[in-house]
Amino acid sequence: MNNDLVAGEAPVFTAKDLSVYYGSNLALKGVDLEIRPRRITAIIGPSGCGKSTLIRCFNRMNELIPGARVSGEVLYHGENIYGAGVDPVVVRRHIGMVFQRPNPFPKSVYDNVAFGAKINGYKGDMDELVERSLRRAALWDEVKAKLKKSALDLSGGQQQRLCIARAIAVEPDVILMDEPASALDPIATARIEDLMQELKKDYSIVIVTHNMQQAARVSDETAFLYTEVDETTAARWGILVEFGQTGEIFTKPRDKRTEDYVSGRFG
Amino acid sequence: MGPSDSSSSILSADRWKRKGAGRGADSLFAFLAGGCGVLVLLALAYMVISTTRTALPAFRAEGLSFVTGSNWDPSNGSYQILPFIYGTVVTSVIALILAVPMSVGVALFLTEYAPKWLRAPIEYAVDLLAAVPSVVYGLWGLWVVLPYVLRPVSDFLARYLGFVPIFAGPSTGLSYFAAGIILSIMITPIITSLSREIFRSVPSADRHAAYALGATRWEMIKEAVLPRSRGGVVGATMLGLGRALGETIVVAMLIGNNPVINLSIFKPGGSIAGAIANGWGEATGIQISALVGAGVVLFVITIIVNMVARAIVYRFNRA
Amino acid sequence: MTAEVQVVDGPEVTSRLDNWAGARATSGAGLRGTRPGARRLLRDRSMTFLIVASVVLTLVPVIWILAQILMKGGSAMSWTFLTHSTPFSMMKQGGGFLNGLIGTAIMVVLASVVSIPLGILGAVYVVEYGKGNWLAKLIRFFSDVMTGVPSIFVGVFVYTALVVKFKYGAIMGAASLALIMMPIIVRSSEEMLKLVPSELKDASHALGAAKWQTITKVVLPSAAPGLTTGAMLAVARAAGETAPLIMTALGSLQLVTKLAGSPISSLTLLILNGAGQAFEAAQARAWAGALELLVIVLVFTVLARVFASRSRLTR
Repeated sequence: MNNDLVAGEAPVFTAKDLSVYYGSNLALKGVDLEIRPRRITAIIGPSGCGKSTLIRCFNRMNELIPGARVSGEVLYHGENIYGAGVDPVVVRRHIGMVFQRPNPFPKSVYDNVAFGAKINGYKGDMDELVERSLRRAALWDEVKAKLKKSALDLSGGQQQRLCIARAIAVEPDVILMDEPASALDPIATARIEDLMQELKKDYSIVIVTHNMQQAARVSDETAFLYTEVDETTAARWGILVEFGQTGEIFTKPRDKRTEDYVSGRFG
Repeated sequence: MGPSDSSSSILSADRWKRKGAGRGADSLFAFLAGGCGVLVLLALAYMVISTTRTALPAFRAEGLSFVTGSNWDPSNGSYQILPFIYGTVVTSVIALILAVPMSVGVALFLTEYAPKWLRAPIEYAVDLLAAVPSVVYGLWGLWVVLPYVLRPVSDFLARYLGFVPIFAGPSTGLSYFAAGIILSIMITPIITSLSREIFRSVPSADRHAAYALGATRWEMIKEAVLPRSRGGVVGATMLGLGRALGETIVVAMLIGNNPVINLSIFKPGGSIAGAIANGWGEATGIQISALVGAGVVLFVITIIVNMVARAIVYRFNRA
Repeated sequence: MTAEVQVVDGPEVTSRLDNWAGARATSGAGLRGTRPGARRLLRDRSMTFLIVASVVLTLVPVIWILAQILMKGGSAMSWTFLTHSTPFSMMKQGGGFLNGLIGTAIMVVLASVVSIPLGILGAVYVVEYGKGNWLAKLIRFFSDVMTGVPSIFVGVFVYTALVVKFKYGAIMGAASLALIMMPIIVRSSEEMLKLVPSELKDASHALGAAKWQTITKVVLPSAAPGLTTGAMLAVARAAGETAPLIMTALGSLQLVTKLAGSPISSLTLLILNGAGQAFEAAQARAWAGALELLVIVLVFTVLARVFASRSRLTR
């Protein structure tokens, strides 16, 4: 893997031989990957190749699915989050996640943003934390007069930015985004993409997207996943084919499968 | 600005180990929740054990004739509940014969015929039927329906169809028939709402296929809706039967409480629940034991009917 | 040659198809269509008639019983009725069912305090922790079975288990009501909890919430309106029960507020009692009591509906 880290900069995540099984079915095989700090890393690939599965390994969300099993290691700032005695709940406090469809709680805007902080025993000024998070998510001006209104009254794009604010409020250093704009209209999508550029100054962002153009637009580095098939058993699983600077992945990919995908020969 | 070290940071220095209370709370909560669920099971089991134990003296005194004999005469030490079983079954059957066509008709109307604006009011009305307490049904049945409707009807039927044993007169007012009619009104809501769900689940593609072949509405119902719903409607009927078998107050108030087997539906009889309800005040000793035993028999009957009903509905939903 | 296209009335959805299904030959195919044969039309029309008739026949009792209760109960209703207990002599005019009202209130409240939290927690287990394991399936199956248990048998059971030791009383009556309410609450709560979208739970977990925090701070609040609906319906059911109280509370003509050790009445028991009376005064009281009970039950049923419509989950 060509990682050219800036001298002294440690990767945020290191996946080592990461494999995921659902029951006895292999879903993701042997991924080795490094996510660098304060960058946007995109994970792309055809549908069903395990992009969501991969990103959910980084905050141990896969475990919520019955029968899911992970082998290999995921190092977060050097510590294996799948190590013995590590509590997934604590892991998730450090790593934020934004989902494909905006999923604000049926509570007020204020309570949504404050939820994570309250859960984790935040002792500081909550009003200040809520305002700060909403500002960082570029939503403050639009909702500052409606903090007590229900979050479900916001538009789709606003709800997604609210979910980003909610994730930021617990002060993670990584934000995972699983197709964050796929349920939004183009204007809202553009705002999210602009927001990501702002956020990457302070957070490391990993984004799964099925939209290649989006990956090319926003990300610094790109990982391309693809499916391998076992001819005899018809079992399929995902593998990491190539990882590198976004510009190179899209213009000078090293693997033929990458080249076929980014040039649109299959979807 | 990632994890900050300022005093208002929410990240503690010890990042990976959750405080003991946190972990513990999760297990405690799970245990509490599971415990409540188990309580339901235990309650049911204890129900059977406790009642059977109390009923043992009567079972021992009569043996099998407790349920096969028809001589209920507590003052002479005879405790045989067959007349009550008979009455319970007969009134429930009468109720079913009337309720099933009505309920299926209403359900079909709601799913196939009714315009949208009519659906909600009719559903509310049916729900109202379900909400009325049974003692109110009994009161109304006894003082209003019986004298003004049921009595004349049974007199009429007994006069013209009296040659058939089950319709033999003269009618006495309180009877299997009276109890059965009011019972049928009470079980209509449950059969209706279940049947409605079943009919609604028939895919509209099937309906369109029938129409496309030139069927009239009734033919479409007969060919596309009813065949696929048969299992579900049977299940719904059995649940209605279960409800009818267990209904106490209405039957107790209208059946006449005569501990004999009468062939004619216009004559009075007895039901298990009615016998228990009516006999409780003066019963002592082994008579209480017999009444409790009758309750156990009723329980067994209704449990079996309900289990079979649920199995049918469950298998139907799987198909 | 033109085909005669007939439109036969059917649901709006399929009227377009009806236009195309104009070829209604009674035998053989052909675009030269005719109406369906007279016999088929007759059968269709008569079935429609029968079905509409069944609806009317079903609605008649509803209207009739409500009208009767309103009329007879309304004319016997008075402030005196609501605030006084049954007179010792059934013949006497006046008096009321206050002792029954108090008794019902006490027993239903006691039963609710126990059955509602336990029932909801049990449902929480089945949906959130059980995940289809054998215990969850068993709980669900037996809850279903218990909703079918005749209420008089529940009363008989409480008699054999408690009354023989502790005598008739409000707590005994409440115990039988709680046993009737619990399976209803477990099943309806289970359905409501299942409706909470898993995305909300995902969001909560991703923020670092433990499972019990997700349940108490996200799942339960989201499902609250629906859970309230189930609870209200169970309360309405309990308020209307008579049979199990016969052998647990026994009934009384006096106003009783003791929780245990002495028989206590309920609205339903007094109505039942009144049904067996020949005296006009007693019968009038029974009608008024029926009206009072019906109003209480309907209030809770309507409240349940209000909560159901406010629930975002069932929209």
